[in-house]
Amino acid sequence: MKLKDKVAVVTGSSRGIGRAIALDFAKAGAKVVVNYRSKEKKAEEVVEQIRDLGQESFAVQADVTKMADVKSMLAAAKDSFGSIDILVNNAGITRDGLLLRMKEEDWQTVLDVNLTGTFNCTKAVTKTMMKQRSGKIINITSVVGVMGNAGQANYSASKAGVIGFTKSVAKELASRSITVNAIAPGFIKSEMTAELNSELKEEMLNSIPLARFGDPEEVAHLATFLAADEADYITGQVINVDGGMVI
Amino acid sequence: MSVLDTIKEIVVEELAVDPDEVTDDASFIDDLGADSLDIVELVMAFEEEFDLEIPDEDAESIATVNDAVEYINENA
Repeated sequence: MKLKDKVAVVTGSSRGIGRAIALDFAKAGAKVVVNYRSKEKKAEEVVEQIRDLGQESFAVQADVTKMADVKSMLAAAKDSFGSIDILVNNAGITRDGLLLRMKEEDWQTVLDVNLTGTFNCTKAVTKTMMKQRSGKIINITSVVGVMGNAGQANYSASKAGVIGFTKSVAKELASRSITVNAIAPGFIKSEMTAELNSELKEEMLNSIPLARFGDPEEVAHLATFLAADEADYITGQVINVDGGMVI
Repeated sequence: MSVLDTIKEIVVEELAVDPDEVTDDASFIDDLGADSLDIVELVMAFEEEFDLEIPDEDAESIATVNDAVEYINENA
């Protein structure tokens, strides 16, 4: 039980990669706060699954773009479980489109959720982790933040932003034994990638040396490792889980 | 409790130092071993306790217990 008695908050964990991380943390012995913005029923299902695994869990509705929401979510986690050992900034959205046709709103909304949301949650959890003199912050970025992708100027900019943020905050918080790392998934099977057209999927498949798409669980296993004491000496890193897409 | 005593109490709590070390002219960094993050935490604790906002440029001038007492007396 790598995460026995640890308390984790995973944003955007009602589905997709966030859900897989929440469940994998629970399997490793953690108490998990499941966060969602709109999918209450899905979030409650994840909570039920975590309880079936024998771990404590509850769901909190919070919009990560709103600092007040974030603060009350983290306060609820701390009040119920006594500490916050792990924060996973996973909540993310896409609003794909070519730059020429991208609406300002689509640009702004993606940056607000993916980048500002990460800032809000990290800032709000920092005081607690500094007092504890320990903590693991894991930011979910994307290979697209490293290599760019036509049609995702907003998404890739937000994810590249998360990488810079990860490295800076890792340096700021290292003296308090708080590690900050980023995971960059490649093409992972989820609702977010299910929307892509089959032609694009075929093209992407050809660019993956391992010649298959990844499962959310394969990202979750890395998150569990980075959240465990075993990873105490790793900080400021961006680790790809992408079947070799970026080599 | 006086401003001085309140500040000393916050310093003891935030920097985890012995109350005897926190003299009136103790420097947070030189005498009490604080680093830049400790200073930020201290300033935030002062803001919370005395219900005021300390701008960064003012925070830089607060180096000792006495500095903090003076600042609070003048601004709170």
